[in-house]
Amino acid sequence: MKSNRRNFLLMAVCAVSLSACGSGGDSSSNSGETVKPATVDGAIEKPSLKLGFIKLTDMAPLAIAKEKGFFAEEGLNVTLEPQANWKVLLDGVIGGQLDGAHMLAGQPLAATIGYGTKADLIAPLSLDLNGNAITLSNKVWAQIEPGLKKNADGKPQHPISASVLKPVIAGYKAQGKQFKMGMVFPVSTHNYELRYWLAAGGVEPGYYTPGDVAGTVGAEAALSVTPPPQMPATMEAGTIDGYCVGEPWNQAAVQKKIGVPVITDDEIWKKNPEKVLGLRKDFAEKYPATTAAMLRAIIKAQQWLDIDGGKNRAEAVKILARSNYVGADEAVIGASMTGQFTFESGDTRAAPDFNIFFNDYAGYPFYSDAIWYLTQMRRWGQIAEDQTDQWYFDTAKAVYRPDLYLAAAKKLADGGAIPADSIPETDGFKSEQSGFIDGLTYDGKTPNAYLAKFPIGLKKGQRVTASGVN
Amino acid sequence: MATVIVDKIHSQSGSESTAEKPGDGADLSVKPVKANPLTAKSWPIDPKKIANWLKSLAAPIIGILAFLALWAVLAPQVDTSLGSLPGPVEVSAQGLALFDEWSAAQDREAEFYAAQDASNAAAAANGEATRDFQYSGPPTFLDQIWTSLATVALGFFLATIIAVPLGLICGLSKTFNAAINPIVQIMKPVSPLAWLPIVTMVISATMTDPDPSLPKSFVISAIVVMLCSLWSTLINTAIGAASIDKDLLNVGKVLRLGWFAKLTRLVLPSALPYIFTGMRLSLGVGWMVLIAAEMLAQNPGLGKFVWDEFQNGSSQSLARIMFAVIVIGLIGFLLDRIMMLLQNFASRNRTV
Repeated sequence: MKSNRRNFLLMAVCAVSLSACGSGGDSSSNSGETVKPATVDGAIEKPSLKLGFIKLTDMAPLAIAKEKGFFAEEGLNVTLEPQANWKVLLDGVIGGQLDGAHMLAGQPLAATIGYGTKADLIAPLSLDLNGNAITLSNKVWAQIEPGLKKNADGKPQHPISASVLKPVIAGYKAQGKQFKMGMVFPVSTHNYELRYWLAAGGVEPGYYTPGDVAGTVGAEAALSVTPPPQMPATMEAGTIDGYCVGEPWNQAAVQKKIGVPVITDDEIWKKNPEKVLGLRKDFAEKYPATTAAMLRAIIKAQQWLDIDGGKNRAEAVKILARSNYVGADEAVIGASMTGQFTFESGDTRAAPDFNIFFNDYAGYPFYSDAIWYLTQMRRWGQIAEDQTDQWYFDTAKAVYRPDLYLAAAKKLADGGAIPADSIPETDGFKSEQSGFIDGLTYDGKTPNAYLAKFPIGLKKGQRVTASGVN
Repeated sequence: MATVIVDKIHSQSGSESTAEKPGDGADLSVKPVKANPLTAKSWPIDPKKIANWLKSLAAPIIGILAFLALWAVLAPQVDTSLGSLPGPVEVSAQGLALFDEWSAAQDREAEFYAAQDASNAAAAANGEATRDFQYSGPPTFLDQIWTSLATVALGFFLATIIAVPLGLICGLSKTFNAAINPIVQIMKPVSPLAWLPIVTMVISATMTDPDPSLPKSFVISAIVVMLCSLWSTLINTAIGAASIDKDLLNVGKVLRLGWFAKLTRLVLPSALPYIFTGMRLSLGVGWMVLIAAEMLAQNPGLGKFVWDEFQNGSSQSLARIMFAVIVIGLIGFLLDRIMMLLQNFASRNRTV
């Protein structure tokens, strides 16, 4: 702990140099200084915008901002366009066909550090918390279900640990087969959540070597990429034995009777950050007023989704069920959006926090959230070399832009559109967080110390080669 | 005739092109180009003719009805994860639903513009800035059809203006033909899906204008269509130009026709039927390629409609996809007929 405190002092000293870290807006140090809103004045420069999204319920803030007229109120004319997969969406934003998009939190971070495609992207707003789950195929479920601890009512005790998969994986191995699971993108929340869950249960999810995006070095469970809407079909075809994906694709598996969700991401990490709004950095610089207007509309939509204990959720489900948004059946979308979540068919449990769009400061892009994703990239080898704590802070501040969020939110609060206490007074770091399935705690101010806590994951100085970790 | 392209003429009995026919197998109406004067039909009201006509219609109608009956009986027995396979009734119901969605969208669009005009009038009266927004609703099925047709038209047009001159030069110059023949033979069988990433990268690199007049995706799709539908026209044109009657060329020499006159007076007229046959094949290929390209690249059009519906995974998705498939087939058929008419027109009263 002493070294941590010394690091901390160092950081305070570095604060001066940090202010030139190129985040464009106000960059406070880590010495507890509150993030200041950026100054945004002037008329909207680009009123007609095209935003991309993937067919998932957590794109709701965008659909609601359009359908409930929040974009129009801010003087924007927005087209929402569904994309085939996360890669197409990312390329669309980088290439300028899309002005912005509903993105995985890891995408702007990875693009900025040059993992995959190199481009300067920013995340001025977080779209939601939670919203994913892990589903296993019927075959695997049948093998693990008898061994699960049961509650008094005969239903499985939650959270279910990944350690129950160990005998299943051993059985696969004995037959010379590999146990395979799907996630949606190499830098997706789902990849890190699935790996976290597997590793917490003692299952090796595999490592990434530099220049390889398969991430299956030393894997006991091999993970592969499948676009969210194709997950059920891919599992049904037997290509994967389970997957981690956002809604409605877990409830769809229940409804189609092809699989059983075993754990929601809220049970892996309480109130974890999920999607962000991703923009090109030059877009936000060139069109500051447009960016602010877009953020205001989305913040209003987020509030609309969560207000009064979610009284608008039923209407939101109806909107999302339209074929040009998520397009799945209303019943499937509603299964998770209205405070409940079905595991096995007949095992529906209350899940009031299954997805949070506005409460708990869900919209504020915390630096600590960005740093958590970066630590996981390092943990699994996507970041090949050790990095200093300072590097984590600088990267987070280059990508996550609470100053832009605050500029928009403060204006809304001043106008009375959102309550003033819905905007946090913070230096961008959440205090130490617990609520992880493996009982570890996370403090965004000490990323390297956090990485050292993991029994499974790269240690300081370790690198991955094709032959394994060394 | 030492070159591969031209040699193929001798190995083909008809002068139907060397390119594969679009694989429908059932269309036997591709006429050999040779000596195919389609006599102009006049249609006097002749009961015998009408009877004949009805007789000729009977078989296709029976075939279609039998197909529908089979479909209706067999479809419910296939159980997918999206429910059982929709039969003709469900599919036509979704067709109607799509039409309703289109008309609802039309109404919304009209409302949007009316509201904008009203607010603009108010703003103008107060001396404020007016807005000129385009309606930003989602594209309807008919919009997607329109986009696909426009894309294939552009791609086909580009393919034709490149392939016809090249083909003529190939037909007239054995050396040039020999030079490009290997490249043509290698490029011809490449799938559109293989071109797509390359074209996407190149277009993204060249179209840097943030607000291009034609959307990038539209250009990408059109160029992929062009790259795949070029070859039939090129090869057929080359054959047409090469197979010109020697006597005609000799007459040209006697008359001391210049190069250009030779081209326009002798070569083009005799190659025209071949060119049209090639274009007809090209268009068929282009239409097939386009749907695949749109599906993969998520460019607007019918292919994207199909993919989006597949991704929706709702209980109506399958019926909508099937309806789209039928529409795609019908459009392909219509395009083919239009080209056939042109082809017949071009080869009318000619003996090649």
